[in-house]
Amino acid sequence: MADTTLANAVGGLEQDDKSLHRAIFMGLALLLIAAPYAFYPVFVMKVLCFALFASAFNLLFGYAGLLSFGHAAFFGFASYVAAYTAKYWGITPELAIILGTGSGAILGLIFGLIAIRRQGIYFAMITLALAQMVYFFSIQRPDFTNGEDGIQAVPRGHLFGVIDLSNDMTLYWTVVVIFFAGMLLMHRFVHSPFGQVLQAIRDNENRAISLGYRVQRYKLIAFVVSATVAALAGATKAIIFQVATLVDVHWSMSGEPILMALVGGVGTIFGPLVGAAVITTLQNYLISAGSWVTVIQGLIFIVCVLTFRAGIVGTIANRIRRGL
Amino acid sequence: MTDLIGIPIQALSGQLLLGLINGSFYAMLSLGLAIIFGLLHIINFTHGAQYTMGAFAAWMGMTFFGINYWWALILAPISVGLIGVAMERLMLLRIRDIAPLYGLLLTFGLALVIQGLLRHYFGASGLRYPIPPLLSSGSNLGFMFLPHYRAWVLFISLVVCFTTWLIIERTRIGATLRAAQENPGLVEAFGINVPRLVTVTYGAGVGLAAFAGVLAAPIYSVQPQMGADLLIVVFAVVVIGGMGSILGSIVTGLGLGLVEGLTKVLYPEASSVVIFVIMILVLMVKPEGLFGRTS
Repeated sequence: MADTTLANAVGGLEQDDKSLHRAIFMGLALLLIAAPYAFYPVFVMKVLCFALFASAFNLLFGYAGLLSFGHAAFFGFASYVAAYTAKYWGITPELAIILGTGSGAILGLIFGLIAIRRQGIYFAMITLALAQMVYFFSIQRPDFTNGEDGIQAVPRGHLFGVIDLSNDMTLYWTVVVIFFAGMLLMHRFVHSPFGQVLQAIRDNENRAISLGYRVQRYKLIAFVVSATVAALAGATKAIIFQVATLVDVHWSMSGEPILMALVGGVGTIFGPLVGAAVITTLQNYLISAGSWVTVIQGLIFIVCVLTFRAGIVGTIANRIRRGL
Repeated sequence: MTDLIGIPIQALSGQLLLGLINGSFYAMLSLGLAIIFGLLHIINFTHGAQYTMGAFAAWMGMTFFGINYWWALILAPISVGLIGVAMERLMLLRIRDIAPLYGLLLTFGLALVIQGLLRHYFGASGLRYPIPPLLSSGSNLGFMFLPHYRAWVLFISLVVCFTTWLIIERTRIGATLRAAQENPGLVEAFGINVPRLVTVTYGAGVGLAAFAGVLAAPIYSVQPQMGADLLIVVFAVVVIGGMGSILGSIVTGLGLGLVEGLTKVLYPEASSVVIFVIMILVLMVKPEGLFGRTS
C-alpha cells in the first residue's frame, strides 16, 4: 500500500527526464539571478534555506519512507554552532557553516543509529523525542546558547577572509551557490544506484532484505545525508539572519519542512522548493495574524493529507507523466 | 529519621508523589493512544490537544456556565469525545486505507488548528482553575504533607486505568474490540459494525485524554501548549513501553513518572531528559519496547 501512496516514485532517471531536469535547473538558475531584483534578497535567501531544509526532510520521507519528526534538531543545533563559532571564535563564515554542518552530521549519525532500529510511526516518535533532548540541552546550557535570548548579532564576516558579506547582494550569491550545490547533490544522490535501492526499501523493505541489501546501512546513510543537508540549511540561516534561537530547535520547527514537502510534493526533487516558496510567502503575509498562522498551517496540513497528497509538483508530474 | 541517603524524607516523598501523579497522566494518555492505535492504526497526534481541550472545557464550563469540577469531570470528556467522533467521521475515516504515516500528519494538522484557535481566543498565558473545595485541604502523614487533591488524582486515574484494562481484557465488548484489531473482516462477518466500533473507540480514547485534562486543570495552569509538551514525553513513554499491551501502558507510565520524580531529587538537571535517556537505553537493548511484541 505504501508503494502507491507514499509518493510518486521518480524511478530510474530516463533520458527524457534527464533533459527535463537539466532544463528545470537552468530555469531555476535564471530565476535566482533575476529574483533579488524583483524581491527582497533576504526573503529569497530565507526561501532558499527552507527549501534546502525541506528537501533534506523529503530525502528521508519521500525516497526512503522514513518520517522524521526531529529535523529541527539538526537545523537548530547547526545554527547554534555556526552562530557561536562565528561570533565567539571569530572564524570566517564558510568555516562556521562547515562546523555547523559537520556537527549536524555527527548528531545525525548518533540519532540515526538509534532511530533506524524502529520503523513507521515509531521512527517518527523516536526522532521527535531525540530532538526534544537537543531542545532541553539548548535550554539548560545558556553558556552555549544564551538561553531565551539566543545568540544575537552574529557577524556575517568575510568569506574566505576577503569578501565582505555584510552586503545583502554578496551574501545572496553565496547563499545561491550553497543552495544550488545542495540541490544538485541531492538530485545526484536520489538518482544514483544508492537512491534506487533506497526507493526499493521504501516500497518493499522485506523484498529489499531478501535481495541481499543491507537495509539498515542504507537507511543510516540516508539519515546522515539528510541530517547534514538540514544542518547546512540551519548554519546558513544563522549567518544570513545573524541570530540563532530556541525557535530553531523547538519541535514545531520540525513541522515546517514536513508541511513544505507536503505542499510541494513528497518524493519529488523540486516539490520541497515550491512548498518552501509557498509556505514562506504565506508566513510573510500573515506575520501580523498571530495565532491564525498556526491555524492556517494546520488547515493546510489537513487539506493536503485529505485531498492533495501529491502536492503541487507531484500533481504536475502525474499530469505530464514525468518524474520531477 | 528525617533524611535518607542525605535527602530529606519530606522532599523525597513529595517528589515521588508528584512523579506518580505525572506518571498517572502518562499512563492515561498512553493508554488512550494505545487504544486508538490498536483499532485505527494511527498515532493520534491530536491526543495532546484533546487533553488540552478537556482542561479548557472544564475552565469554560466554570467561567461561562458555572459548572463545577465534578460535573466537568463527566461533561468535558463527553463533549470532547463527541468532537473526536466528528473528527473521525469527517476526516480520519477518509484516510483509513493509506499509509499510517499520513494519519500522523493529519492529526498533527488538527492539533495545530486546535492550539492556534485556543491561543487566539484565550492567549498563551495560563488560566487558573481552582481546586474543588472538598479537596482543597491536605493531611499531615508525619513524614510528609499530602494535598488531598493530589491523592484524589492518583486514586481516580488508577481507577480509570484499571477499569479500562478490565473492559478491554475481561468483557465481551473488549473481546470484540481485540478481535476487530486482529481481524476486522472476520468480526464484520459476525455481524458487528466495525466502522461504528472504530468511531466509538476513537471517541472513548479522546474522552480519556479529555478526562486527564480536567484532572490536570487544577494542578497545572490551563494553557494551549499544555498538551503538546506533555505529548512528546508520552510518545517517549509509548516507545519505551512498546504500546503492545494495555497493562504495559499503565505500568510504564506510572514507573517512568516515578523515575522522573526520583531524578528531580537526586539530579534535578537531568529530570527533563531522563525519560528520553531511558528511551535510548531501551531501544539499544530491546527495540520493540519493554512490553512490545516483536514484528
